[in-house]
Amino acid sequence: MNLSQNYFELFGLEAGFVLDRALLDTAFRELQKEYHPDRFAHKGDAEQRQAVQNSTHLNTAYETLKSPLSRAQYLLSLQGVLTGEESRKQLPMDFLMQQMELRETLAEAPEAADPFATLEALESQTVELEKACFDHFQVAYAGGDLESAEESVRKLQFLKKLLSEIEAMEDRLDEEF
Amino acid sequence: MAYSDKVIDHYENPRNVGKMESDDPHVGTGMVGAPACGDVMRLQIKVSDDGVIEDAKFKTYGCGSAIASSSLVTEWVKGMTLDEAAELKNAKIAEELALPPVKIHCSVLAEDAIKAAIEDYRGKQK
Repeated sequence: MNLSQNYFELFGLEAGFVLDRALLDTAFRELQKEYHPDRFAHKGDAEQRQAVQNSTHLNTAYETLKSPLSRAQYLLSLQGVLTGEESRKQLPMDFLMQQMELRETLAEAPEAADPFATLEALESQTVELEKACFDHFQVAYAGGDLESAEESVRKLQFLKKLLSEIEAMEDRLDEEF
Repeated sequence: MAYSDKVIDHYENPRNVGKMESDDPHVGTGMVGAPACGDVMRLQIKVSDDGVIEDAKFKTYGCGSAIASSSLVTEWVKGMTLDEAAELKNAKIAEELALPPVKIHCSVLAEDAIKAAIEDYRGKQK
């Protein structure tokens, strides 16, 4: 396995946000077979270690490309744009205010007249926002506007967190009712 | 990961939680977020005509360390001049709360929040 290839090259895919999931899955399964550590069980220690390393690399590559958000982050990282916590750049005030309001709605949902309807509405609103951000990322990235693409990724990280908190709240309420 | 006693204290009894009228010319609002963990923090200050912070409020959605960092900052900046508050460094917050390395970014967020609030207030005075 050529570890210097990027994840798209590894699976023989064109680097981009839009990705054919079926092609990715097929390429992954083929490489998985080819590099499965069991096939190297009769080989020497060095080769077995190499096989385990290859298989781990393959899994990381697959997981990275599979999820749209990590795929977007990976595309940016290939261009030298990091989106982790090293960035202290702030998002626009209106986006942060909106996040604050959505979090408030979530926190107050248990006291709402119909908590489940409130959560459901909140969830679909968040999913809509997420979709708009992905659309924006796609256009910005394809157009070479990396700064704008990075901003979309940072927004998407907030929305992902919000969605997981909404789900956690739903589970909590499910247990209580 | 274990939180320090000071973090737990601020988390369980957060000081100065609340909201001020952001249109008030004496109020400065700082709004910041940390993409990596999805935390959002609002920190507001009320400033007297001679540039002293009379009151501070915050609301943070995030982990215990982020809540404690912002709670601590609202306590500290009360009575400070804007220049003094602008000098507040995240290292001091992290040290006071004994934050572990993985939570240092929470103190950075609180520093950014107070700076943003001061900037917002100063922008209104022009």
